[in-house]
Amino acid sequence: MKKSICLYFQVHQPTRLRQYRFFDIGKDSHYYDDFTNRTILKRVAERCYLPMNKVLLEAIKENGGKFKVAFSLSGSVLEQFDRYAPEVIDSFRELVQTGCVEILGETYYHSLSSLIAPSEFKHQVLKHKDMVQQYFGVTPTAFRNTELIYSNDIGAQVYDLGFKTMLTEGARHIMGWKSPDYVYSCEGKKSLKLLLRNYQLSDDISFRFDNPAWCEWPLTAEKYLGWLKAADGEIVNLFMDYETFGEHRSADSGIMEFMKALPALALADGGLEFVTPSEATRRHKAVDELSVPEAISWADEERDTSAWLGNELQQDAFNKLYGLTEKLSILNDPVLWGDFGHLAESDHLYYMCTKFFSDGEVHRYFNPYDTPFEAFINYMNVLSDFIIRVNEAIATKQ
Amino acid sequence: MFGWEFPPHIAGGLGTACEGIVKGLAHNGVETLFVMPSASGDEDQSATTILNASDVAVAYASDTVDEFLDKVKFLQVDSSIVPYVDPEEYFEAIEKMKKEQVHETTVGFGQKFKFSGKYGANLLEEVSRYAQVGGTIAMQHADEFDLIHAHDWLTYLAGIAAKELTGKPLVVHVHATSFDRGSEDMIDTRVFAIEKRGMEAADRVVTVSDLTRSIVINKYGIDPAKVVTVHNAVDFSGRENISVERGVHEKVVTFLGRITFQKGPEYFIEAAAKVLKRTKNVRFVMAGSGDMMNRAIRQVARLGISDRFHFTGFLRGADVQKMFALSDVYIMPSVSEPFGISPLEAMRSNVPSIISKQSGAAEVLKYALKVDFWDVDALADDIYALIQYPALASFAEKEGYDEVNNLKWNNATAKLKKVYESLL
Repeated sequence: MKKSICLYFQVHQPTRLRQYRFFDIGKDSHYYDDFTNRTILKRVAERCYLPMNKVLLEAIKENGGKFKVAFSLSGSVLEQFDRYAPEVIDSFRELVQTGCVEILGETYYHSLSSLIAPSEFKHQVLKHKDMVQQYFGVTPTAFRNTELIYSNDIGAQVYDLGFKTMLTEGARHIMGWKSPDYVYSCEGKKSLKLLLRNYQLSDDISFRFDNPAWCEWPLTAEKYLGWLKAADGEIVNLFMDYETFGEHRSADSGIMEFMKALPALALADGGLEFVTPSEATRRHKAVDELSVPEAISWADEERDTSAWLGNELQQDAFNKLYGLTEKLSILNDPVLWGDFGHLAESDHLYYMCTKFFSDGEVHRYFNPYDTPFEAFINYMNVLSDFIIRVNEAIATKQ
Repeated sequence: MFGWEFPPHIAGGLGTACEGIVKGLAHNGVETLFVMPSASGDEDQSATTILNASDVAVAYASDTVDEFLDKVKFLQVDSSIVPYVDPEEYFEAIEKMKKEQVHETTVGFGQKFKFSGKYGANLLEEVSRYAQVGGTIAMQHADEFDLIHAHDWLTYLAGIAAKELTGKPLVVHVHATSFDRGSEDMIDTRVFAIEKRGMEAADRVVTVSDLTRSIVINKYGIDPAKVVTVHNAVDFSGRENISVERGVHEKVVTFLGRITFQKGPEYFIEAAAKVLKRTKNVRFVMAGSGDMMNRAIRQVARLGISDRFHFTGFLRGADVQKMFALSDVYIMPSVSEPFGISPLEAMRSNVPSIISKQSGAAEVLKYALKVDFWDVDALADDIYALIQYPALASFAEKEGYDEVNNLKWNNATAKLKKVYESLL
């Protein structure tokens, strides 16, 4: 049996908030920094999404459909594509139409709802599913939660929503001596198969590729192929941000050429094949159940949820936001749901992270605020306005 | 008169007070020459003549040079000193300074100093140079003035130098002391030494409140007979209260100022949490920035009240007026406040105020509510009363407005003029 390579790319852009001051509360309910969102989206489309889609499309065609990848696209990024760069949607659609690209399910707003509000989680997953059907004409069967957040409990919910496959992190503290290079199943829900990210080989591309101080630099497709072959399991799961290609790692680093060369080289070897996540779990049996009582993720050294909920600022903001779900359900107003969803994007909490010392570099790169405190103040000002709107709507309804 | 700053370019309240004083003195028929380290040229000189120390070359005549240098060289200028920082910031400033080339004060003949006139890390060096320039200016203008008046420790050495070189009487004006900047056991001893030296050399020490007067007497050991309180006033001329459309319907309770230990922000937050337990019809705002801001934000988040407790960051100019216009109650819970001008501004904007008994303003304001800064329950009670009982709020608002309008610099400086006259 050939060893499977499963490539999956996360595509997401947050809906960044404008500078929202105390004086705006109760007066101005436009929360978003449209200019920044448009500028960044257009830049990333030009540097990454469009050229990289082209690279992948050519690789699929050149290899006669044997090269396969998977994407997850958040509702937040799709809304921005729609608004600022619709040509990106066309180019993803073209990829999906090859039949070699799988689109995964997730929460529409790239949110942390799975950690606190099962009904809201379900709502967002179904909203995302509708969106994927509408835009791409396919129904997702594999699921990846925001930032690969997973626990036994979340796995059970995902299975109940109709997914057979779920992606998560091969976190060292969970795996122990076990290898991430096999298929596992969810504890308690044996029919939900788990694919675990090989963080070593994934991060070689997404983090280390362009680092001249890395002892393996420069990384060639030939060298990398050797590592893939040396991996001892049945499947190697390479999961990463799609923005790795051309945005986080600039095109000058040769990262696109690397991805251009890799598929043909790997297929020519004979012992490797590319699979999508749903194919992977059809092809490989689960070797064991994986017990994950506490939520894990692919973020930071801790591989837990502390990047979003690690300090009291994040927890208070998170609880205040989700404290509104009951009222929102009563109102069921699409405009309010929309703003709630955008405020639920995990990125806003990420900006409030105070873990500066171990993973500060990564956090700073993604953060539009100078300090986590500024991020918190701005977010709470916006949220305060939103709470006023919700309460007024409730009062009107009664 | 030696000052450190003058409107429009000011970092704190000192410049505003100096402007009020020179204008008030002018009204009382006293002319002033106002020396400051770094004038920008856009200061209002209708009531005083501004001398920019950065424009003055230090010139040394033969004998006086040594004498002059003797007077000022007790200062070690190779160490950093900052008036309003916490120990961590101070440590960082020191670390930064170690990496940079350390400046020695090498005073040449006819050399001009470029003063920043700010409160930077090389403040002590600037203070020392300002003293030398101050002495020089005093000699140059010796026949134009009768008396020297120095505002706060930054200018005391200049005042001393001027007195030594001209023999004219010196008044030092204490707007704040080291004990208002740090806690009792953590004052900056070098600043303390300058303050004490200035007060001892002075013929009169003017304090902005009786609270400060007792600190000067008890902590600095100054003879009570020469320490006089002249309460601050505030100049509201040409100011119209603005009206702002409100976005929030709840009552707004505001803290406005530097978020530092001295200002007691944590007591305000604790009181806010207590009030929110009893009524939801209220929001709290902490306007300003400072070294305790991040701690304050954490405290608010920990108490779970961040949907009702807002931070604005540092506010400038018109935004300050806007904030007052949006407020229903103003709080100044200072741990130690020599005077505290902000409740006067609030009351002038028709905002009833609660101030700590540990503030100089408490000595002059009859219609502000007063609590001990540490008495969070009393503070919460008063906030609750002002937002729930309209009779109390409108009484405090109306009487407070009249009260602060009567605190005029013209009256305060009349008292100051008497102090001058007693020395001439």
